[in-house]
Amino acid sequence: MRGVAGLYLLCTSSLVLLGQTAPDFRRDVEPLLAKRCTPCHNANLSQNGVRFDDREAALAGGYSGPVIVPGKPEESKIIQRVTSTKNGFRMPPAGPPLTPAEIAVLRAWIQNGAEWPQDPKKQQPSAEPATPAQTHWSFRPVVRPPLPNVTLRSWVRNPIDRFVLARLEREGIAPSPEASKTVLLRRLTLDLTGLPPTPEEVQAFLSDSRPDAYEQAVERLLASPHYAEQRARAWLDVARYGDSDGLEKDLVRPWAWRWRQWVIEAFHRDMPFDQFTIEQLAGDLLPGATLEQRIATGFHRNSLTNREGGTDPDESRFEQLVNRTNTTATAWLGLTAGCAQCHDHKYDPLKQKEYYQLFAFFHRSEEANIDAPLPGEYGPWMRRRPEYLEKRAALIREFDVEALQEEWEEKIRWTMDNPGKDPDWDFAVSNSRPMLDRFEYLLRKGKKNRTEKENEAVFYWFVRNPGPLKPDRDIDKIRCLAEFRRRLEKLDAEYPRLSEAMTMIELDPPPQTYIALKGDFRARGLPVEPDVPAFLPPLPKDAPRNRLTLARWLVSRENPLTPRVVVNRIWQEFFGTGLVKTSEDFGTQGEPPSHPELLDWLASEFREQGWSVKHIVRLIVTSSTYRQSSHVRRDLKDKDPENRLLARQNRLRLQAENIRDAALAASGLLNTQVGGPSVRPPQPKGVAELGYANSVKWVEDEGPARYRRGMYILYQRTAPYPMLVNFDAPDSFTSCARRRRSNSPLQALNLLNDPVFFEAAQALAMRVIREAKPEERIDRAFLLTLGRLPTGRERERMERFLQEHGAKLAGRAGEAASLLPLAPEHAAWTSAARALMNLEEFITRE
Amino acid sequence: MQEPDLTALRNRRRFLKEVACGIGMMGLADLLAAEGRTADSANPLAPKKPHFPGKAKHVIFMFMEGAPSQMDLFDPKPALQKYAGQPLPESLASQLRLAFTKKDAKILPSPRVFRPHGQSGIEFSDFLPHIASCADDICLVRSMQTDAFNHHPGQALLFTGSIQLGRPTMGAWVLYGLGSESKNLPGFVVLSSGVGTSGGASNFSCGFLPSHYQGTLLRNTGDPILYLSNPPGVSPETQRETLDLAGDLNREHLAETGDEEIASRIANYELAWRMQSAAPELADLSSEPQHIREMYGLDDPVTRQFATNCILARRLVERGVRFILMMDASWDQHTYLNRDLQKNCNRTDKPTAALIKDLKQRGLLDSTLVVWGGEFGRTPIVEIRNTASQESYGRDHHPLAYSMWLAGGGIRGGQVIGKTDELGFSVVEDPVHVHDLQATILHCLGFDHTRLTYRHMGRDFRLTDVHGQVVQKMLA
Repeated sequence: MRGVAGLYLLCTSSLVLLGQTAPDFRRDVEPLLAKRCTPCHNANLSQNGVRFDDREAALAGGYSGPVIVPGKPEESKIIQRVTSTKNGFRMPPAGPPLTPAEIAVLRAWIQNGAEWPQDPKKQQPSAEPATPAQTHWSFRPVVRPPLPNVTLRSWVRNPIDRFVLARLEREGIAPSPEASKTVLLRRLTLDLTGLPPTPEEVQAFLSDSRPDAYEQAVERLLASPHYAEQRARAWLDVARYGDSDGLEKDLVRPWAWRWRQWVIEAFHRDMPFDQFTIEQLAGDLLPGATLEQRIATGFHRNSLTNREGGTDPDESRFEQLVNRTNTTATAWLGLTAGCAQCHDHKYDPLKQKEYYQLFAFFHRSEEANIDAPLPGEYGPWMRRRPEYLEKRAALIREFDVEALQEEWEEKIRWTMDNPGKDPDWDFAVSNSRPMLDRFEYLLRKGKKNRTEKENEAVFYWFVRNPGPLKPDRDIDKIRCLAEFRRRLEKLDAEYPRLSEAMTMIELDPPPQTYIALKGDFRARGLPVEPDVPAFLPPLPKDAPRNRLTLARWLVSRENPLTPRVVVNRIWQEFFGTGLVKTSEDFGTQGEPPSHPELLDWLASEFREQGWSVKHIVRLIVTSSTYRQSSHVRRDLKDKDPENRLLARQNRLRLQAENIRDAALAASGLLNTQVGGPSVRPPQPKGVAELGYANSVKWVEDEGPARYRRGMYILYQRTAPYPMLVNFDAPDSFTSCARRRRSNSPLQALNLLNDPVFFEAAQALAMRVIREAKPEERIDRAFLLTLGRLPTGRERERMERFLQEHGAKLAGRAGEAASLLPLAPEHAAWTSAARALMNLEEFITRE
Repeated sequence: MQEPDLTALRNRRRFLKEVACGIGMMGLADLLAAEGRTADSANPLAPKKPHFPGKAKHVIFMFMEGAPSQMDLFDPKPALQKYAGQPLPESLASQLRLAFTKKDAKILPSPRVFRPHGQSGIEFSDFLPHIASCADDICLVRSMQTDAFNHHPGQALLFTGSIQLGRPTMGAWVLYGLGSESKNLPGFVVLSSGVGTSGGASNFSCGFLPSHYQGTLLRNTGDPILYLSNPPGVSPETQRETLDLAGDLNREHLAETGDEEIASRIANYELAWRMQSAAPELADLSSEPQHIREMYGLDDPVTRQFATNCILARRLVERGVRFILMMDASWDQHTYLNRDLQKNCNRTDKPTAALIKDLKQRGLLDSTLVVWGGEFGRTPIVEIRNTASQESYGRDHHPLAYSMWLAGGGIRGGQVIGKTDELGFSVVEDPVHVHDLQATILHCLGFDHTRLTYRHMGRDFRLTDVHGQVVQKMLA
């Protein structure tokens, strides 16, 4: 090969290329680099950390180490890459490969010491063009803007209105009139609590003539526990909350709800958002961390777990860490960090190296399930525990299980050290590894060094999965173990157990993080330490590099992104669209804010008022901007088709969970219990069966649990509850900062025919008949479903329907009985209730 | 390409209308058509034009979940006999990523007999006599490659282009790109047989696309579409009268608020109503003549379930449904390879071949792309979980080389693409990565895969991620 190349070089008649004369950098090398290499390897875009536009940077190399080794062309990665014949490995990746002559120039240059004269221009640094890090609006500090002047001062209720009105006046647009009182109350109640107002609440509000009747309603609703549920649901989207592992067997996580409960309680107490942040990301690292603070760290237990047999544990863990890194970036920074997993971010100033620095914070932590007794659980447990342990020990002695477990552990450890020697045990190891969390770590640690909780985990795993104890030799043991298992289960059932919670802990010592080249966990690049991106304010100098420092940094005064990103998502809950429409992306590819000063004023207000979410929510819902009518304005169809200027409110289709809530509430079926474990309402056969090898079991709840709010429906990630999917609930695999609102025929079928909604219609019919005199029933039904009285035309149409449809049903006794078994003579009311609950208005907040 | 923004679109249409009035009405329809939008383009599922005329209008993706063993079905490897019982050479073993087996496991020959079929002489195993009879319509790819070696990540890569969950699946992309031609059925339909798959609903999710691009499961039991039937005891008359009442009240409210979202809601209720009669008609196979029932094996208990899905797939194509995903599970033969693979073939071989032939005789094969395969392949080395029983031997997951096949719209049949080494371990000729397959499928439908994109999280996402090349050799 070398000979052929040499011959070729002679023919090129360039003496330089004989390797005797060094190529001239400026004349021969630099133009070649500039043409073929620097487009992807420069100060702004340094793929794999490599740069060829700067001497020091080029010689320093990239994420995988040096790329130019002076004097040693064959050891220089640049030569290996340009001479490779492998697609995807050869550089440059696009366009023709370098010609042999070009390669020879590079080779000769490196052979001769890779001389790279200092750039004369570099001596006096010229005014370099400003980078996005300096100029992009969201990366600049939050400065509280002065309130703008407006003409129509009577319209202004609070500073929000000043900013919105100033803009409208600039455009020559008048705001819309205030919505009617009934619309206002329904809007407010749905937005704050996710539930429609009751007829009594509507009537009380209509007859409340105090000038601050609306504000009183706001305070009443802000204090409701349902306010906390509704805020929590929005945060659950961002936190990609689900009740199952998300992959393959998709095992249910029976304790996931403990974190959800923590979130609801935090919103109910209006926990300051900085504390809310710190406890979820690093509650375990707080001095004297309480149980509640540990439960808060369940935030990052919402990432997926692959328990597929034979899974590579390093790969699974890597995917979890990527998920945690990306979620953190979306939730607090509004950054699409995921792009930098494989390469420097194309648009935002986030380097791949910085991605792994962020990743490193999470790399240093590990999952841990802890005992987290619910109120009242600990006493009985403590009292009876000694007796239980005694009985269990006796049982273990009786069956000699301790020795058997020790033998099993020894064999497992031996197999992990000697893979491929005994296939049966190999299988036991490959299968156990993903199923029992930290299997290898626990087994290697050994019984003596494990904590009591860890020993329990290993013990139960062994008892249920004794592995391939050889049938010929151990048949009696297996029989014994089966009997032991039965006796143990019986014993366990007789004694109380403690509830648990899924939390994070810090690893000691911390493992080293490496850049994963091209985002491949197997391709280890340079080591990195935990840090934050350089285009954002730095971490305090001496702070330990852990999650606690990261969390405190996220909510520090200097961080411009967190308050902007968070108030924007709050805004989105009340107008459907954020001031920044791309609430998941505040980078250079996101949309700029419609009202930049308002966003900054809110961000600054949020921070100054102790990060109070309720304060911001109160400001929003008491503004004139919020209280406008949502009627579409023909005059603005061209001028502001998306209503970004906010000259009116938006009509918003309710979110999936709230549609269910509205139906159950209107019909009186709703179970308003707040918090607690997830529930399984009825679901057609065949939905759960889609999950892997029938491993997903959907055992319907009986009794009151069937009628709980939508947010408590168990979210089985690979076979989610169909109604939630139909109405755009997020898949919960990754962080979701804004939901879509689609409109489909399957939604129509769902609301028309789902037994849950049919049952609600029947209950609504009964309720109307029970609660109202015949002539008031139509009013009552409208109040219950739409929070308002019917118009004359609507009433007339309803009357006609009840009469005509009722007359037809009178001749169809069987059908009437199916529609309303308890009062077939009123069966037409079930149809009327179905119609009302299928109205666009019913699933819309005006 | 962006999700049609209704308001923007309406404005654009009004603008075009005004412009058109100035320059004469000629231009309007053409301008709209050039955008791939028809008059009812407020419907996001209205048919849209691809980047260039594609041969295929429909896709039937026959997903054999779990990874069918290529060396026992499609890729004859007589050399396995020669090396039987030996470990792989170190140079190969070092490349392996295995789920269960260890690298020094022994080579396991295939007991199958391979014979050439058709004019093209493509070799198939004796487990697939019926599919083999379609040899001249089949483009067999023996050089498939993927990056994942566990099921759920592998399925995610095959259907979404990424092992990280949460992106739109192939069917959703196709529906997003082409819209639906069916006026009363969903545009992306899923048929399932056997047990559930690792990916479950994530194999037909719309990811970050709006939910109307989600696959709709056509169910085996109960309603063919979830919540399709009226509630028990509710007559069609009552249903209609209820809908009429809701429609009238909706129209009242539309007049008051001026929000066209209400008009879309009314239209969707009407579509739902039509679906209520169209879907049962679709699922009712009693009108299929005897010779068709026999051809598919509809009345044989062994083939019945898969045959039902195959006939349904054809009927869906006939009714304009864009993308049909058939999921059959499981082909994950870690153990009892011979026994269980044979069972799977017995269940599916005849109906699969019948589907191809039936589409062909109805002139639908040219416009329907059929794709058959799993998420990866299986190892040439043995997996043993029970040393005592030789019959229990199986094969582990193998992502480096495996087989899939395509037929119909846009594909040149009667050919083999790619070659593997004598052990079937690695690809030695014309590697086809999963991303290349995706690019080729989109090409057959008329899309440049790099231009079928959706903006999300500040980035234009696409099915092929940042990879993929159309495999020109596959094309007709």
